[in-house]
Amino acid sequence: MIKIFNQGENRPVAVKFGVIVFPGSNCDRDVAYVTQMLLNQPTRMVWHEDSDLSDLDVVVIPGGFSYGDYLRCGAIARFSPAMKSAIEHGKQGKFLLGICNGFQVLTEAGLLPGALVRNRDLHFICDRVPLRVERTDLPWTQNYQSGEVVTIPIAHGEGSYYADPDTLAEIEANGQVIFRYCTADGKIDPAGNPNGSLNNIAGICNHQGNILGMMPHPERASDPILGGTDGLRLFKGLL
Amino acid sequence: MTAIASAPFSPEEIAAEGLKPEEYEEIVRRLGRHPNKAELGMFGVMWSEHCCYKNSRPLLKQFPTESDRILVGPGENAGVVDLGDGLRLAFKIESHNHPSAVEPFQGAATGVGGILRDIFTMGARPIALLNSLRFGDLADARTRRLFNGVVAGIAHYGNCVGVPTVGGEIYFDPAYSGNPLVNVMALGLMETPDIVKSGAKGIGNPVLYVGSTTGRDGMGGASFASAELSNESIDDRPAVQVGDPFLEKSLIEACLEAFKTGAVVAAQDMGAAGITCSTSEMAARGGVGIELDLDKIPVREIGMVPYEYLLSESQERMLLVACKGQEQELIDIFQRWGLHAVVAGEVIAEPIVRILFQGNVAAEIPATALADNTPIYHRDLLKEPPEYAQQAWAWSEDSLPPCTLEGIELQNQFHPWNDILLTLLATPTIASKRWVYRQYDHQVQNNTVILPGGADAAVIRIRPVEVSSQEVEGLEGLGELGVRNWGEKGKDQEGRGAKEDPSTHSPIHPSTPSPLKGVAATVDCNSRYVYLNPFEGAKMAVAEAARNLSCVGADPVAVTDNLNFGSPEKPIGYWQLAEACRGLAKACREFSTPVTGGNVSLYNETLDADGTPQPIYPTPVVGMVGIIPDLAKICGQGWRSEGDLIYLLGLRLEIRHEQQVDRTATLGGSEYLARVHGLVAGQPPVVDFDLERRVQAACRAGIRQGWIHSAHDCAEGGLAVALAECCLSGELGAEIRLPVKSERSRPSASASHLPSRWDHLLFAEGGARILVSVASSRQEIWESYLNQHLGHDWQKLGQVMNRDSGLKILTANEHPLIQLGLSEMGDRWQNAIEHYLVK
Repeated sequence: MIKIFNQGENRPVAVKFGVIVFPGSNCDRDVAYVTQMLLNQPTRMVWHEDSDLSDLDVVVIPGGFSYGDYLRCGAIARFSPAMKSAIEHGKQGKFLLGICNGFQVLTEAGLLPGALVRNRDLHFICDRVPLRVERTDLPWTQNYQSGEVVTIPIAHGEGSYYADPDTLAEIEANGQVIFRYCTADGKIDPAGNPNGSLNNIAGICNHQGNILGMMPHPERASDPILGGTDGLRLFKGLL
Repeated sequence: MTAIASAPFSPEEIAAEGLKPEEYEEIVRRLGRHPNKAELGMFGVMWSEHCCYKNSRPLLKQFPTESDRILVGPGENAGVVDLGDGLRLAFKIESHNHPSAVEPFQGAATGVGGILRDIFTMGARPIALLNSLRFGDLADARTRRLFNGVVAGIAHYGNCVGVPTVGGEIYFDPAYSGNPLVNVMALGLMETPDIVKSGAKGIGNPVLYVGSTTGRDGMGGASFASAELSNESIDDRPAVQVGDPFLEKSLIEACLEAFKTGAVVAAQDMGAAGITCSTSEMAARGGVGIELDLDKIPVREIGMVPYEYLLSESQERMLLVACKGQEQELIDIFQRWGLHAVVAGEVIAEPIVRILFQGNVAAEIPATALADNTPIYHRDLLKEPPEYAQQAWAWSEDSLPPCTLEGIELQNQFHPWNDILLTLLATPTIASKRWVYRQYDHQVQNNTVILPGGADAAVIRIRPVEVSSQEVEGLEGLGELGVRNWGEKGKDQEGRGAKEDPSTHSPIHPSTPSPLKGVAATVDCNSRYVYLNPFEGAKMAVAEAARNLSCVGADPVAVTDNLNFGSPEKPIGYWQLAEACRGLAKACREFSTPVTGGNVSLYNETLDADGTPQPIYPTPVVGMVGIIPDLAKICGQGWRSEGDLIYLLGLRLEIRHEQQVDRTATLGGSEYLARVHGLVAGQPPVVDFDLERRVQAACRAGIRQGWIHSAHDCAEGGLAVALAECCLSGELGAEIRLPVKSERSRPSASASHLPSRWDHLLFAEGGARILVSVASSRQEIWESYLNQHLGHDWQKLGQVMNRDSGLKILTANEHPLIQLGLSEMGDRWQNAIEHYLVK
């Protein structure tokens, strides 16, 4: 394994990222670009048939259409060898991040509660939307201010968060909601909800807080030349 | 006795393959015998306009095709241009008009799939999609169904395959009611050291069939695409293919990986005419033959006959010629991606396409007879312009009702200029296309520098990232990311980013001085202009494309064109095609933007219930790409800062006397004339190449100097609409003083004042005009630059104001012509398309 050293420093960078590549993943390179090129972290692509993730600190399940999203979004991906290992990785308390299709995979795998269903207006939506950061006591969000409104791109057709009333009450009570869609001034209301998600939920974590799933794409809001950098702080929180 | 009289086919069977009697005679002459059914079908598709350009080829010859940036010109799957620093861009446009008319969702979706295959077949990773769409009137329910379906189809395929749809254009006009146009352009960045060509080489080399299975779907799509649509066309639904973007995504990855092994000699995608087209073109281009065994082809249904194998247009399939002995290495790659890959034939010395089926020869045709030396029809050009054009040209602005400072009276109703502008902003052709591009993933791949709607052209960052495919054991080609930095092609061999000092790659710590490069792209065609005057209209399509690229700060480099026309067998149809090609050729020379290839879609006519052909407007869509040397120096179309000065570059706004009437700016063919007066008439604006080049160069220079904060060209709707769009896009107001005093041009019958009609000043189109805003601190240096380079061809018009000031257009002596708030304009402009769809 190749270790990366920061220029001028002789200590190895602690955090190694792995990005799972399913047939049909299409944001895999975008995530790797951010972790490797923008953050200088060692990063490797993990083929879906590969089950050894033991060298990785953070496993990212990227956006896209894994296995064509046949059957249901994310439904097939959960059975892949890489996912089985990723589930173990998450159960060990290590960082596991699912973005967009990756969030769908995490719910299908039972690592996160609820499900993602068709957008309210049935159209695919690609846009930049305001999100309110609901918790900042986790590594994921420690670089944000509590209640801060950030702008992160979304791009999905099936991103409307759904959970049955009991589950919803439970994740709210546990403080598992990390990001909510909101208006530009931070109000959580239907006007600030692009896809009809219950409680405007855009991203949730598991009880322990080491597994995060979110529909918005933080990797698309990381490079200054593309506009905003609100997403980069999420990755920086893990370093 | 003619051969056709003794043919084993009825005249109807021959006609059903899209072949004319004289073409059948030619087939028999070439073969020295009658063809069998499979062979007849192969000739039918290969000799369709879609595949062999039999009507357009003589006209396409006049296009300029070379420059020092052109690496691959017409004749391959896509053109390739040199971006410098070892970066090479493949790009091409293609139409899927007829399939989309019958089944809009799959028709448009497979249009996207087809053009992407043209790009990655060359060894390029697709990085962007644009599309140029034409529909009928949105008030018509059938048009809304087509529009919804096409947009959803493009979104489905593009989003899933992971290539951003970054730009495009959409026009709505009754001329396209039964025959929408769906033209898709794709751009790709070369990832292989050598450009993968399609000519088969190496006698004995195996021919690999890879990708999806072959079925009966899409039978004879190429012939279908080359015939007129009728009420019965709906029965041709099996001629429309069904796409699977997930398979295509895997095919992209597998192909690029396969090409990098060096074991692929040649590649060709199976698009129109499937196996027939790919085998015969690969053989003909390589000067060799191909023998292919249909029994080896993976199928999705049983009981198919050779005719069906050969004409199937099942999607997501490719044909590769491999180096003998290395075929298994390639097969392994495709199978790892879950794709079929089989050796189905081999390259043979005899220059024929020989198709085997169940141990027998099912077809045997000289490759060149199918793919080269195809029929060419030289047609006679009308001696003089057709009557419809001459009648239109007789129109002049003085036939319009008089207008005043306040507005214009039409059918006994007075319309203030404010209302006219709002009407134009709510015209679907001009209105915001947000409803459309919000459904396209325009950000995937993380390179979209300017979002759709933000500028006159799309801007993509060039970021070569490639996955190192060897060296990492046990990971089957997906190891540490190998990252190649700008222009460091020489480092390929050891180019695994992990071994290099990572900080030199990071834009956040830019220790590398080289600026980030970008590519700009646009698709353009005002087909009303082309209808009114095909030569001038086609010139304008090229000029506008170059102008749009200049407005973001890009140097225009090369063109791909999509010729959408009616039947060339009709004198008017051929006149339109010939004149438009002459115009494209002329303009591409003038702008030094050679044509690297494209697509021809003829017979775009629908037969109405009476059987009368209804031709579309002739629509030569120009796709143009440009280079941005430094992505830090680009600009969008919206105003940026309050207080910035607003300039008009190009033809001056002024009162002209009749003898000075300048045909470069006119209401002829304008959106104002069509929408407000219900007239499609006049001569469209004439392109002044010298003025265009000087204006565009000044705009690019101003952007690169950092003087210009925003740039937007004046197109449909003229100056007033362009000003409104700058306000809406930048969410800032503007105060404009036209350099014309109100008392000098009161309405009068006096012909000498007619060219300065207020509607002409506000809504005339043409004149090479670009609106720019410039920081007031740079006024002096900017104006001295303009004096030096543009002479008199510029004017200072006003100033950017705060949002609440809205848009004010005043005469030189302070009479308001237009005064509108941003929210009022925004409501109309933003919601127009959605408003029609929720009806």
